[in-house]
Amino acid sequence: MTTAARQFKGEATRYTGDLTHRHWIQKALSGYEVKRDENKGRFQDWESARQAAAQIKYEVINHLDQYLAQFVKNIEARGAVVFWASDAQEARDYIVEVARKNQVRSIVKSKSMTTEEIHLNPALQSAGFEVVETDLGEFIVQLRDEAPYHLVFPAMHLTRDQISEIFQQKLGAAPVKDPEQLTMIARGVMRQKFCQADMGISGVNFGVADTGMISITENEGNARLSTSLPRVHVAVMGLEKIMRSMDDLALFLPMLATAGAGQLISGYNTLYAGPRAADECDGPQQFHIVLLDNGRTRLLADAEQRDALHCIRCGACLNVCPIFRNVGGHSYGTTYQGPIGSVITPHLRGLLEWKHLSFASSLCGACTQACPVKIDLHHHLLQNRRNATQAHPSWLERLMFGAFSIVMRRAALYRLAMFMGKLFQPLHPLVKGTAVDPVKAWTRTRETPPFAKTSFRSWWRDQQKGA
Amino acid sequence: MKATLFIPCFIDQFYPQVGVGVVKILRKLGHAVDFPDQQTCCGQPAFNSGLWDQARSVAEHALDVFRQAEVIVTPSGSCGAMMKIHYPELFQNTPRYQEACELSSKIYEFSQFLVNRLGVTDFGATFKGKVTFHDGCHGLRGLGVKNEPRVLLQHVRGLELLELKPAETCCGFGGTFAVKYPQISSAMGDSKCSAVLETGADYVVSNDSSCLMHIQGMLTLQKKPIRSLHLAEVLAHSL
Ligand code: SF4
Repeated sequence: MTTAARQFKGEATRYTGDLTHRHWIQKALSGYEVKRDENKGRFQDWESARQAAAQIKYEVINHLDQYLAQFVKNIEARGAVVFWASDAQEARDYIVEVARKNQVRSIVKSKSMTTEEIHLNPALQSAGFEVVETDLGEFIVQLRDEAPYHLVFPAMHLTRDQISEIFQQKLGAAPVKDPEQLTMIARGVMRQKFCQADMGISGVNFGVADTGMISITENEGNARLSTSLPRVHVAVMGLEKIMRSMDDLALFLPMLATAGAGQLISGYNTLYAGPRAADECDGPQQFHIVLLDNGRTRLLADAEQRDALHCIRCGACLNVCPIFRNVGGHSYGTTYQGPIGSVITPHLRGLLEWKHLSFASSLCGACTQACPVKIDLHHHLLQNRRNATQAHPSWLERLMFGAFSIVMRRAALYRLAMFMGKLFQPLHPLVKGTAVDPVKAWTRTRETPPFAKTSFRSWWRDQQKGA
Repeated sequence: MKATLFIPCFIDQFYPQVGVGVVKILRKLGHAVDFPDQQTCCGQPAFNSGLWDQARSVAEHALDVFRQAEVIVTPSGSCGAMMKIHYPELFQNTPRYQEACELSSKIYEFSQFLVNRLGVTDFGATFKGKVTFHDGCHGLRGLGVKNEPRVLLQHVRGLELLELKPAETCCGFGGTFAVKYPQISSAMGDSKCSAVLETGADYVVSNDSSCLMHIQGMLTLQKKPIRSLHLAEVLAHSL
């Protein structure tokens, strides 16, 4: 077992044993479900919207080279500096260099999973820059020195008491319970940081190819401040985040809000188009786009799973996933949690190291049904399993399933195997629950069904004879 | 019409009454039933474990066994989905691809066969008790079975149908997943069992015996009085 797999197993055991945590997550997500369904109903037809979205993404991903070139050409014409980063290291080095060149001291950040993916904060901090997360949830998990718990709701695992506690510890705030007061405490700190910051870093929800703009969706307004007050704006964008035109956004903006957060539309949807122009009085003086590959072109080359690049990181698949709802976001040990994380992490960070996540699924398909861009998520988990088993077969499983296939190809052997099972089942209580119980993973929490006195095939044979 | 049965291995060995129920119902409706006794397993355990070569060799056996069938009826959404959806995929770029597609087109999950193919929703069944229905995921999302079992249950005299909340959440079985990650599987099963108990039903019914094996296994260990039954058992109860 790999280190990551061992860690996942341990954390999953810990979290599934924590009933309070499980109930908290279920509760947090039950409100979402109601609002999501309500707003899905406001689409003329949600299923057709999904179909249309999937088709747009299919077109873009299958002609990514053309759309990327168009996007870059147009946004450069608006004065943006585009940097192509083939991996996390290149992206980090570039951003640190931009900060150095501009004599930056303090940096504000709006929510971005892509910067989590490249571990940007530690790199900036060790280069001597102060980095403050300005999304409320991100701000809280940063104070707690934790990774985001969920793609979209980074602090959803925390109660108000826990949030107040960390504010008291780290900010010297007074104990409060009211969510509004908690927000005011965070805002008080952040406003100052916004005014002091020399550089703002953001993610990108969509890059619009035909106009050369980026679109950022948020609910708090912090991204607008992070990107417009400081002198320098750096936007980190996964290279799959391209849309063809503004028309595409008309579908994708409400879809992202509804699928991910159960909203009709997010609070702020802003388009950014280059640095401050000569006739403008505000906005950053420099505007950098870091276009990140970091394994995405590997996924693009995989015809079977290329559609995983359709992902708009809405988080819907996490919200409905019974695995996520029981093990929580931190168990995964990945940047991207839940079904989409289990599908793409093996591509981004190595199949053999991360294959266990593809096996940690009941293949119920709730994710696939929820995904607004119709990624065949649970099917990709099956393909990852196949690929992992081909690349690195476990001799024990090969032996077991080799025997399984020999037996199941011959009805006589099948009957013999079942006969043996029936013969030995009465002895099972002798070892049940002990270390030598061959099925103890099952019997710890579940009773085993007894073999029937007469199997169906025996019944069939007998009544055929009698007939 | 002659219906050829595929009775999955665990139903054959643990829950033969489910298969018997299916036979009784189809005969009562005036159809001939056939059971090719060379049949074994659909190969899903190997397929889901990533060993597609081994799964394919088991599936080839199924292709041989069911070659003559006109329609194949199975009381398991999960095994049905394996044959209907995954066989064509499993045989892609092999000489038997066409055969796999033909087999796929003949597969019916039991309740879909009754309602959609035969157009039957009521054949005078009686069953006394409060019943809640659990949707097996592969039947529900793979084969699109949702209303068929409910319509059938609503027509059973004496039966009160109580909706599970949430009905569509997985019970946590997931085949080998149940023993690979027993802690997650059991946590999911726990939520399902609580939901079942909350309905106040006497019976939890499903069209998938594998889910029921998991749910009943937990309920028995927790000494809960509620019993699990396959849809076919309920429908055949008074026959
Ligand atoms: S895979 Fe689909 S549901 Fe999951 S985050 Fe991406 S777009 Fe949303």
